Amino acid sequence: MIKTVYSKGNLVAKTGNEIIAEALRQIEPDVMAAYPITPATEIVQIFSQFVADGIVKSEYVAVESEHSAISATIAASAAGARAITSTSSQGLCLMWEMLYIASGLRLPIILAEVNRAISAPININADHSDTMGARDSGWIQIYSENSQEAYDNMIQIIRIAEEAKLPALVAMDGFITSHCMEVVEIYPDADVKAFVGEYKPERYLLDVRRPYTLGSIDLQDYYFEHRYQLAQAMRDARDIVLDVAEEFKKTFGREYSFYEKYMLDDAEVAIVIIGSTAGNVKAVVKELREKGIKAGLLKIRVYRPFPTEQIAKDLAHVKAIAVMDRSDSCSGAFPPVYSDVVASLYSSGILNPKILSYVYGIGGREFCGEQIVNVYETLGKVASGLEKPSNRIEYINIRIE
Amino acid sequence: MSAKMIEIRWHGRGGQGAKTAALLFAETVMATGMYIQAFPEYGPERMGAPVQSFNRISEDPIVIHSGIKNPNYVVILDSSLMESVPITDGIDKTGKVIVNTSLSTSEIAERLDIDTSQIYVVNASKIALETIGKDIPNTPMLGALLKVIGTLDINGVLKDINFKLMAKFRHKPGIVEGNLASIKMAFDKVKN
Repeated sequence: MIKTVYSKGNLVAKTGNEIIAEALRQIEPDVMAAYPITPATEIVQIFSQFVADGIVKSEYVAVESEHSAISATIAASAAGARAITSTSSQGLCLMWEMLYIASGLRLPIILAEVNRAISAPININADHSDTMGARDSGWIQIYSENSQEAYDNMIQIIRIAEEAKLPALVAMDGFITSHCMEVVEIYPDADVKAFVGEYKPERYLLDVRRPYTLGSIDLQDYYFEHRYQLAQAMRDARDIVLDVAEEFKKTFGREYSFYEKYMLDDAEVAIVIIGSTAGNVKAVVKELREKGIKAGLLKIRVYRPFPTEQIAKDLAHVKAIAVMDRSDSCSGAFPPVYSDVVASLYSSGILNPKILSYVYGIGGREFCGEQIVNVYETLGKVASGLEKPSNRIEYINIRIE
Repeated sequence: MSAKMIEIRWHGRGGQGAKTAALLFAETVMATGMYIQAFPEYGPERMGAPVQSFNRISEDPIVIHSGIKNPNYVVILDSSLMESVPITDGIDKTGKVIVNTSLSTSEIAERLDIDTSQIYVVNASKIALETIGKDIPNTPMLGALLKVIGTLDINGVLKDINFKLMAKFRHKPGIVEGNLASIKMAFDKVKN
C-alpha cells in the first residue's frame, strides 16, 4: 500500500507535464509567457487553461516564438514580477541569446524544461543536447529522475533562483517522464505557497521611488567584474541549493542534495548519470549487489552549479567510474558531464579512479537492463586491471561500422 | 522486472483510446493502493495508425523507465491489427492476450500461433455499442483486463472510475452509466 511522506500529502496519478503544471498552479507566478513545443506542450496548455478558468491570477502572455517567450519573461522579471516560461529542444535553442541576457541581468526567471533532442535530423524524443548546450549560460540547472522529483524541484527552484539572483531551469526527460503517468505525492496549495513565499526583488524597474538602469553598456572598465560576479553567484548558489533542500526536507520530508548516492559509499564500480535513466541503473545495481558485486550509482541532480569538490570526495574511493552523457559534444574532446567530473576529480588531486566516457540514449534510444550490466562488467575488468580503460568515447547501442 | 511487477501492452489504432485506456487503468489501479506507470509509445500519433501504450503495476515503487518488451498481458482493441502488427512479440508461455473480437479463442489462437490457454476474447465493440452507443472499445477492454489479471479489486476500480468520470462528464450522466456498464459487462463476458 502506498503511503505519503508528508502527513498532509495527497497521492495522485499524473504525467510529468501534468505535475509541472500543477506545481505552477500552486506557485502561481505573476507572469507566464510561453510558446508550446513538443514534448512540453501540455505544461503550457494546462497552465494557460488554469489562467483562462480563473484558477490562478497569473498573467499568461501568448507569444509568437520562444525568443519572444523568454524576452517577455525577462521584461516581466525586470519589472519586478515572478516570471516563468517553459520550453524544449528547438525552443530553448531559439531562446539562446536571451538566456545570457537573463543571467547577465541577474533575473531569477524559472524555466520548466522538457529535455528533447535537437535538429537536424528532426527528433522529438529525449536526450540532453538542448540543456547541455545551455550549460554555460549562467542558468542554474536541476534535473529530475521522475515526476515526483520534477514536482519537488519546481517548488525548490523558485527559492534557489530568487536567493541566488540567477535564472534557473528544472529539466525532465521528454516523453519518458513528461508523458509517463506515475504516482506523485502533492502537497497542499497553502503549504507550497508558504514554502515558496512571496517574491521580493531587491531592485525592480517599476519601483518608481528607486529608479535604476538595467542592461546598460559595460565596457572594459567594469564588464569583467560583472561577469566575474555572475560566475561567483553560480558558485555561491551551491550553499543556497543545500539550504533550500534542508528546509524542504524539514517541511515535506523528502531529501535532496546536489546528487543522489545509490549504494555508492562502498562501491568499487560506479555509474554517474543524469535524469530518468538513473532508475534503470538502480534496478541493475540492486541485482548486482545481490550477486555480491559492489556496484553503485551517483545521479546528478544539480548540474549547474556543478558540485565539484563534493563530487570528487564522493567518487574518490571508486576504482572505476563510467560517466554517462546523454548528449555528445561534437568537439573532438569529451562530452560535458564527463569533462566536468574528470576536471573535478583531477583539480581535487584525486587521480586514482579510472574514468570512462560513454554516450548513450541520443534521440530517445533506450539504455536499460543488459546494456547497463555490460557497462558494469567493463568497469569490473578495468577496476581489477584485467582491461585497460578506453581513452575515447564509447557509444552505447549504436550501429557503426 | 521484479516477480511482483505486472506489465501490460495495449494495441490500438490512433483515435481508439489505447492511451486513454492505459492512463485510466493506471489511475484507477493506483486508487486501490498500488504503484503504477502508464505511458504511450513515444513519438508522433496519427489517426488510424497502429499505436501502443503501456502499464506497469507493482506493490513496490517502480524505478525503471524503459519500454516494455516482455509484457504479461497484451490487450488488442482492434482485431485487424493481428494482420499487420506483431502483437505477440515478447510474450512468454505465461503471457496472456485479450482480444476485442467476435471470434472464438481457438480461432484467434490459430491466427496468432500461440496456445489457446493464453487467449481471452470479448466482443468489446458490441458491448460498447450496446452500453455507450459508440464503438469505443477501450473502457470495456479495461473490464476484461481486470478480470483476466484477477488479483485487482474490481469494486475499488469501478468506484474510482465512477468518481473520475462523474467529475469529467457531470453534465452527461448517461456517459458515466454507459461506461461503467460496459466495464462490468466485459468483466463478466470475457472468456478463455
